[in-house]
Amino acid sequence: MDLSSINPILLLASLMVAATPILLAALGELVVERAGVLNLGVEGMMITGAICGFAIAVETGSPVLGFAGAAVGGALLSLLFAGLTQFALANQVASGLALTLFGLGLSALLGQSYVGVKPPSTAKLDIPLLGDIPVLGPILFGHDWMVYFGIALTFAVWALLKYTRAGLILRAVGENHDAAHALGYKVVRVRIVAILFGGACAGLGGAYISLIRVPQWTEGMTAGAGWIALALVVFASWKAGRVLLGAYLFGGVTVLQLNLQAAGVDIPVEYLSMSPYLITILVLVILSADRSRAPGSLGRIFHASS
Amino acid sequence: MKFTKLLTGAALALGLAGTAIAEEKTKVGFVFVGPVGDGGWTYEHNQGRLAIEKEFGDKVETVYVESVAEGPDSERVMTQMALKGADLIFTTSFGYMDPTINVAKKFPNVKFEHATGYKTAPNVSTYSARFYEGRAVQGHIAGKMTKSNVIGYIGSVPIPEVIRGINSAYIHAKKVNPDVEFKIVWVFEWFNPAKEADAAKVLIEQGADVILQHTDSTAPLAAAEEAGNVIGFGQASDMAEYKDGPRVSSIIDNWSPYYIDRTRAVMDGTWESVQTWDGIGPGMVGIGEITDKVPADVKEEALALKDAIASGEHHPFTGPINKQDGSVWLKEGETADDGTLLGMNFYVEGIEGDIPQ
Repeated sequence: MDLSSINPILLLASLMVAATPILLAALGELVVERAGVLNLGVEGMMITGAICGFAIAVETGSPVLGFAGAAVGGALLSLLFAGLTQFALANQVASGLALTLFGLGLSALLGQSYVGVKPPSTAKLDIPLLGDIPVLGPILFGHDWMVYFGIALTFAVWALLKYTRAGLILRAVGENHDAAHALGYKVVRVRIVAILFGGACAGLGGAYISLIRVPQWTEGMTAGAGWIALALVVFASWKAGRVLLGAYLFGGVTVLQLNLQAAGVDIPVEYLSMSPYLITILVLVILSADRSRAPGSLGRIFHASS
Repeated sequence: MKFTKLLTGAALALGLAGTAIAEEKTKVGFVFVGPVGDGGWTYEHNQGRLAIEKEFGDKVETVYVESVAEGPDSERVMTQMALKGADLIFTTSFGYMDPTINVAKKFPNVKFEHATGYKTAPNVSTYSARFYEGRAVQGHIAGKMTKSNVIGYIGSVPIPEVIRGINSAYIHAKKVNPDVEFKIVWVFEWFNPAKEADAAKVLIEQGADVILQHTDSTAPLAAAEEAGNVIGFGQASDMAEYKDGPRVSSIIDNWSPYYIDRTRAVMDGTWESVQTWDGIGPGMVGIGEITDKVPADVKEEALALKDAIASGEHHPFTGPINKQDGSVWLKEGETADDGTLLGMNFYVEGIEGDIPQ
């Protein structure tokens, strides 16, 4: 066992990268669920974002345009879900699952000519002075801009839901859509905007995998990240801060257990491998002892009475 | 009159049915563990499927389901294939073993071919490739080319096939470089590009300058390319898109000849349950082009080793070899028998860490 081979600075830096795709997708789904909609199509939207972002980045040579394209791709796919659930009043669970299957198939089709193609590299933000701080510099200030975007988005979502009128309306729609409708709020419109936002975030999360974390296009490359993001929202009790904590915890323990394996630490590999799931769930379950509960109208179909 | 019409109709129906039977295609099904675009394991199995279509044209119809989880879900997929008239079903991952046997019992007239497993039945054959032969060549190149003396190995699922590969690579790396050390990381998945990339990055951060993988995506090669000064190998497929970068050679699974032979056997009624385990010699395992990144003398040695394995002159598991605990496994000149290799559940001496149970 050689723990000295683990570089804690690199470890902490890489956990931020590992956490970002899940964080982005989970934040989007958090907003969707706070609006009372359960979209199980996160995986499908992520993989669609992964290929849209990859293709656009390759064709334009710009990762920034790639991420923008990924957000649009994810949002467009989520629009399909919005149409099915908000207008056709289809079952949300079935529609979400269908969206995942459709996204996986569509991305495979779109991505055929991009296998083996290398995307343009995303530059790391070189923050003057801050990046030179010993230890903290490389951990906190040497990342690509999407890592910081993910953190900023967490605070933006938290502030939106807690302090703004728009956030209050969104939460009202999610808690009791009939009451919100009676007060004159456009339930369907609010939910469509939330669904589009969720799709865009999932798309960004997918593109982060294909443009930065791996970086390449491989069919099915999200490999279940969307499902982890979905679970994270529930275990985080629909709170943005806890989603950030959960994503970083999951990413951190994932990277840590790989490091411990490579260092030959004397803990059975099976325990190390299950630790990201176990630790994240345990911590978030303990935190959710404050009786946080799901939005009251989550997953329920809204029938406008007028 | 009505009776005549009825007879004419019946005769016509029988005639059409006869024509339909005469033109009935042989239906061949494939159950894949990953997506066909994974660039590795499933990609090569799908190439085999396409080879069947090319060989037999409109005499066959192939169907496949990709990304099927190992376990109960695979049983459902196989059952549906059999119910939809498949004559032959290839189940292409170790974890499909028991589901294949279970479904085969229910459909005695359907032929099943299970990849990398060891359980057979009157209508179930097994087939696998001696990937460990390719690992020997990779180990030789890795041992010669590492400067840090640390070789990283990304393990997928701890089954004998993967353990054989680790042992074979280690033995041959150690033979040419006694200072070599293997760092093994298990990801417990066949295909998860993000996790594979993370594993590769971790190994590189901990000093590995050569990455070997038994996972199905090209992500570890992408990570090696990003790191620079790190080499890797194609796994299951050539992964030629990384030839100009870190990929110095590859193990290529060539399933096409086997798939064509077995389909032909079903078509002409000669199919019987067999166990096939072929390697470099018969061409089921290919060694991808060794690039110019590899010094000429090392390349020559690697190709000589490949030829020696192909001819049967060299067996990758030839004693003296001890088990990890120091006990003697193979004495001087003794070679491992297939039974032990098929059930291999131990590391050889020098590899650190435990095999996950």
